[in-house]
Amino acid sequence: MTVRINGEQRELDDVTSVADVVRSLVGQAGRGVAVALDGAVVLRSDWESTMLRDGARLEVLRAVQGG
Amino acid sequence: MNLGGRAWRSRLIMGTGGFRSLEELEAALLASEAEIVTVALRRIDATRSSASPLDVIDRLGLFVLPNTAGCYTAREAVRTAQLARDAFETDWVKLEVIGDDRTLYPDPIELLEAAEQLAADGFVVLPYTNDDPILARRLESVGCAAVMPLGSPIGAGRGIDNEHHIRLIVEQAEVPVILDAGIGTASDAAQAMELGCDAVLCASAIARADHPARMAVAIRLAVEAGYEARRAGRIPRRLHAEPSTSPLGLAELGEHA
Repeated sequence: MTVRINGEQRELDDVTSVADVVRSLVGQAGRGVAVALDGAVVLRSDWESTMLRDGARLEVLRAVQGG
Repeated sequence: MNLGGRAWRSRLIMGTGGFRSLEELEAALLASEAEIVTVALRRIDATRSSASPLDVIDRLGLFVLPNTAGCYTAREAVRTAQLARDAFETDWVKLEVIGDDRTLYPDPIELLEAAEQLAADGFVVLPYTNDDPILARRLESVGCAAVMPLGSPIGAGRGIDNEHHIRLIVEQAEVPVILDAGIGTASDAAQAMELGCDAVLCASAIARADHPARMAVAIRLAVEAGYEARRAGRIPRRLHAEPSTSPLGLAELGEHA
């Protein structure tokens, strides 16, 4: 399936969870990481159980400097 | 200062944006003695360094205040606040909803809408707002924990463009007033506090100074000085002089009758 992760098209296995993507990007994600799927927040507690579908838009965010 | 139901020693809130390195950020945070510091959320870029300001902030034991910088609509800002709540395990948010990228002025319609939704959802909402007393009152009435009027545009360093507006906001507010944006140097922070603001939020003036840690000290002292001056009660401004030495008993020594 094809999904958009942080604005880039990616081909992923058909069985991929939000947690799998986060791990691939940051390893063990600690505090300061957040995920939106198709514009809506996926709570950290739901990362493992939330599976991606073809065409999904995922935003994986982290803490940066800001005023 | 009481803010968001908690007592704080420092009246200086520091932004972490604009620092040239995390080392400079850390030195400035220490020098500022700030307890609350802002951070933003941006896309993870696996190709770039993973060093995070959060490591510094957590090591120093400071309180994280996530912002919604870069949001143009209430919808984006509300979602960003929800993401931040999950990322940082906090329901505090510095709410920014801007109207254009030239002035970075808040969009008052979207700002009020977002503030209302977030406050109803249990967030401690600290809105970055225009220096408009009516808007400040509306933000307070929808449940914001403070109002944070700009002195001048973000990063402009002009200080307080319209002190009368800040004065009007202070006069009516029943929540803390935090001067956010526009501080250029220490005297601007002192002025904000003398006008009756409860705190100052400062990022660029410290981060982009030649010596950030020194500027952090200067602004910390200015905030304290301005606060004490406000409480001390300044003398009125007068057109004419008012002698500080009594003329009573002055000797007659010349022709000056």
